[in-house]
Amino acid sequence: MNGIHDMGGLHGFGPVIREEDEPVFHSYWESRVFCITQVLDTKEIWNLDEHRHEIELMPTADYLTAGYYGRWLFAMERLLDRKDIVRAPEVQRRVDEMQSGASITAPDLQGRGWPLAEESKVRWGAWRHDQSVSPRFAAGDRVRVRNIHPAGHTRVTAYARDKVGVVDRVNAEAWVFPDTRAHYRGENLQPVYGVRLAATDLWGPQAEADAWVYIDLSEDHLEPA
Amino acid sequence: MDKNPPKEKPWQAVRTEAVESLLVELGVIDSARVDEIVRHYEEKVGPKGGARVVARAWVDPDFKQRLLADGLAACAELGLGGPETEKLHVVENSATVHNAVVCTLCSCYPWPILGVPPAWYKSSAYRSRMVREPRALLGEMGLTLDPSVEVRVWDSVSEIRYLVLPERPAGTESCSEEQLAALVTRDSMIGVAKVTV
Repeated sequence: MNGIHDMGGLHGFGPVIREEDEPVFHSYWESRVFCITQVLDTKEIWNLDEHRHEIELMPTADYLTAGYYGRWLFAMERLLDRKDIVRAPEVQRRVDEMQSGASITAPDLQGRGWPLAEESKVRWGAWRHDQSVSPRFAAGDRVRVRNIHPAGHTRVTAYARDKVGVVDRVNAEAWVFPDTRAHYRGENLQPVYGVRLAATDLWGPQAEADAWVYIDLSEDHLEPA
Repeated sequence: MDKNPPKEKPWQAVRTEAVESLLVELGVIDSARVDEIVRHYEEKVGPKGGARVVARAWVDPDFKQRLLADGLAACAELGLGGPETEKLHVVENSATVHNAVVCTLCSCYPWPILGVPPAWYKSSAYRSRMVREPRALLGEMGLTLDPSVEVRVWDSVSEIRYLVLPERPAGTESCSEEQLAALVTRDSMIGVAKVTV
């Protein structure tokens, strides 16, 4: 989807601010969100690509103000609700009870999507499978990045679409295609190519001299040029 | 880390507490396991791991060859590896080529080798600008590249992760591997700084 998450090339965000002696986590809640997500990732509830897509679905203004881990929190809540494991009204009620000091309502353990039914279990990671693939392109081939604008999840960045580059590296393993797995439309195992794009082709007269962007793209995102 | 947040909690803190308590009561997660993972990221992994890899590559040409051929296998020799990194490409800086890494779509980063990324790496400013004006941005960040140096920006939007092998600084010929590792910064392994003595 064409959303605010696809930031390559945008103007207006100002300087990059680096913090001296930055802590691993800036607050307790950030550490909890990150690490609860790590635990949930092992529970066969969702896959990586739908998690990323859930973040992309965050309203633009919220995406820019929630903070990095605020986005993860948003995705966690939405996915847990969608899978009927923790429902949105339950979270809101718990928030209200905690803030008002009211007695806490225990969740009903029955009649929800947890424990997961066998057929609902999914693999989170496993981006790569041990099977052979036959790459369509070879290092040195000229390729065009497909000009596509799917409404769902994709890893083709907007700035690279319709640009011509050269295959720098063939990752000839069987990689999951995120664009379809995010929507449970299959893993579509395929090679991933490192493609070298010239800054002048990407940014025209505003390009810097002798600069190149290397981007990894699935085979389905490329066509011969 | 602030384990005793102030009374006025941000909304994210309140909601996180609510979600965690429900997940625990429903038996989905165990908070002790979450604690363990927090400690893992706060204490066990971090840029020191990557620095050991770089220092080894500087002193051991055979290791460097293996590292450039298969980054993950070479890192495993030093006991490094783990989730979120399926394949690791190591890109080498030289007098004529400078590499830097970004993820314009989210924040992809080699966690097992460098730990969790710093906030600036995940910032809108870095993600938007690094692919479009790397020389200007690196200059602002304190790294001015000679015009004769080719700049390569790696937009790591797939499941392949990147580690920059920075140049070994002059004047370190007599340094031990351990001393060299102490010089290697996280930023130099992302490619926004050089290693200096």
